[in-house]
Amino acid sequence: MATKILEKAKSFYDTYERNPSADKKMPHYCPGCGHGNVHKMIAEALDDFGVADKSILISPVGCSVFAYYYFDVGNIQAAHGRAPAVATGIKRAHPDSVVISYQGDGDLAAIGTAEILHAANRGENLTVFFVNNAIYGMTGGQMAPTTLVGQKTTTTPLGRQPGNEGFPIKVAELISQLEAPVYVERVSLVDNKLRAKARIAIRKAIKNQVDNLGFSLVEILSPCPSGWKLDPVDSLKWIEENMHKNFPIGVFRDLTKEVEPYKIEKVNPNSDEIINLLDISGENDLSLKSTETSDKYKNPEIKIAGFGGQGILLMGAALAQAGMFADYHVSWLPSYGPEMRGGTANCHVNVRSKEVGSPMVSLPTVLIGMNRPSLEKFENDVVPGGIIIYDSSLIDIKPKRTDIEVLAIPATKMADDIGNTRIANMLVMGAYIGYTNLLPKEAIYESLKTAIKRKRFIEINEKAVDAGYEFGKSHRK
Amino acid sequence: MAKQLLKGNHAIVKGALLAGCRLYFGYPITPASEIAEGAALYFPRLGGTFLQAESEVAAINMVYGASSGGLRVMTASSSPGISLKQEGVSYAASAELPMVIVNIMRGGPGLGNIAPEQSDYNQVVKGGGHGNYKVPVLAPNSVQEMCNLTMLAFDIAEKYRTPVYILADGYIGQMMEPVEFPKPVMNLPRHDWAIYADAESKDNLIASIYLDPEELEEHNRKLQRKYAEIEKNEVRLEEFMLDDAKYVLIGYGIVSRMLKTAVEKLRNENIPIGLLRPKTLFPFPSKKIKEITQRIEKFMVIEMSNGQMIDDVRLAVEGKIPIEFYNRMGGVVPSTDEIVEQVKKQLLQGERG
Repeated sequence: MATKILEKAKSFYDTYERNPSADKKMPHYCPGCGHGNVHKMIAEALDDFGVADKSILISPVGCSVFAYYYFDVGNIQAAHGRAPAVATGIKRAHPDSVVISYQGDGDLAAIGTAEILHAANRGENLTVFFVNNAIYGMTGGQMAPTTLVGQKTTTTPLGRQPGNEGFPIKVAELISQLEAPVYVERVSLVDNKLRAKARIAIRKAIKNQVDNLGFSLVEILSPCPSGWKLDPVDSLKWIEENMHKNFPIGVFRDLTKEVEPYKIEKVNPNSDEIINLLDISGENDLSLKSTETSDKYKNPEIKIAGFGGQGILLMGAALAQAGMFADYHVSWLPSYGPEMRGGTANCHVNVRSKEVGSPMVSLPTVLIGMNRPSLEKFENDVVPGGIIIYDSSLIDIKPKRTDIEVLAIPATKMADDIGNTRIANMLVMGAYIGYTNLLPKEAIYESLKTAIKRKRFIEINEKAVDAGYEFGKSHRK
Repeated sequence: MAKQLLKGNHAIVKGALLAGCRLYFGYPITPASEIAEGAALYFPRLGGTFLQAESEVAAINMVYGASSGGLRVMTASSSPGISLKQEGVSYAASAELPMVIVNIMRGGPGLGNIAPEQSDYNQVVKGGGHGNYKVPVLAPNSVQEMCNLTMLAFDIAEKYRTPVYILADGYIGQMMEPVEFPKPVMNLPRHDWAIYADAESKDNLIASIYLDPEELEEHNRKLQRKYAEIEKNEVRLEEFMLDDAKYVLIGYGIVSRMLKTAVEKLRNENIPIGLLRPKTLFPFPSKKIKEITQRIEKFMVIEMSNGQMIDDVRLAVEGKIPIEFYNRMGGVVPSTDEIVEQVKKQLLQGERG
């Protein structure tokens, strides 16, 4: 034991070059502070497991903000309370690493409560050391979330009162309630016996990670003589007499022997595999021949409107897709969000021979109205010479405009006749294409393959397009 | 590769993966959620990580951690979520960590609404968090650019060791257009500053703390030199019918699409008008604007905000010629015809009456 104390762990730097102080040999902690003890136990464990090279220490905000002065490992300094999130990020980037989140009570149990709780709940394969000294040391002795009831701090000058500040948070107990953590223990630094126990706990928490077992947290009751305004010896006594009552030491959760180690699978697809996995290989490159369409129907700016659930957005997407297959420039713009989930739905579609400028259609050349409110709302926006197509089996009024073309199709009735009310949208789209001859029918068929997720519905949708197409064609002006 | 009809938000996900990004940390928010959903589907497929964080704050800090590991990493959110991320962006800017942050802007302030707005210009282009930093901002106006500029963003982020924003809005995120995908980027290089959890990289430190004021001042000066370098090299813009223009419209993102159509309509009426579209908002195309100022009569800035980008135009124009302004807010998107009308009223008042 005596040699151990004298011999400096290899996982510490020989001299602390990052410390701006003139003395590169001494740590910046106050006399009697517990951080030095905890640092030493961690460094020795890293030595013994031979993992210093692949270890990464996350320094928090608090007295241990400069932990990176000392540990000869990869070092990241994090924002206040965010160490478990930063640790999660680098661990996910390098799953073979050993990542240690080193945090104090303000960092972990106040400003970073969400981060620690969720890292623990995800069972991140991390090691967290939580140094609890019941006070904010670095900022000069303010209340911590773990400050004891009645304890005086600079922000509880009369002592912590539960009616105002609540009770000290018991982190080890809290974390141990979660499903995922593998190991949670609270230890204390008050005497040699307990320090030896602390050392074992710290080693175990690191070893668990090395063995890919999952999330481990060790809460360490640690002295802060400066913050408590006590000498180092009295500080240890104070922990024993006051902190141990509030924060009982012991193991709160230990599944080390029960859990299966994480498996780290490495997948690294090559260029062709990436293209396939991203669904961007070139099978849909059709470049269908364009059709003869009258000038007045070219470059339509289409607004499609109706109830949510009528397949309004799908009709627009299929139309845009078909336009793309026929080599047009296209855009599709939906109404989105809560609007989409209730009541009305509409979308804007451009099918143009030149680049699409505005994707928004405020004054449509084509209005497809699938319910009465839509027809009433948008009728007057249609540009003179434009077209209104509407489902005359659902809409019991007629457009009043006389300066436009009108195509009334009893789409819902025709859809019912074919066997499914829900294909009324495709009937209307078919009618639009049949009426204007804007796109080849094959383009629509192809677009159905892409737009309709459930393959068994494709056939009936094609039937609807056909029926609509013939209807539209027979009504050509 | 064939074209694919795709939502802007999905184009971002595929662009990021093609750029070699394999780590995504984010929190869902309308109208950016399709990015998280697409990432959840595709990142693990390619052997990457998708993680839905407990908060925007956690998400940006996970990105901070992953970026420290030298790998390409991203997050995405929408305006209120970006406000929450600002702490993390400030840390990342100081620690000089490359990362791509997507902001699909929505209506504000407060909870606002989910319709498109451009009111995050100031919080994104001017830094946004605490401290003397800026972040390159790319502003796509099409689904194709959502893919291409996302890929570019990763390159710029690594070249200058800085977070980079993609600043778009609800419309560009939600709309579908055909996209032609570039080839995947393979074999990304190792960075000498990053921590790879090995002996070679363990001396590296990622931090943003400089206790000594003079040291922090020097760090700040270094950051400013970097921003000057970015201003010199990375300005991107689109010009449309500027050569003989007497009037020039300026707008970015979705607005620029309306402006382009408006310019075409006005040109049909023989009005000598053009469009300047900043594709990068920081660095801002100030030099180009200065140059045009010499030879035109008036600018008109159109924004879906209370007038935020216009301040950068004013700085470039230096009061030499008038700058007219038209805006909509709250998620109202100005139509082409509305813009044409405003141009006639404001820019041409008295001239063509």
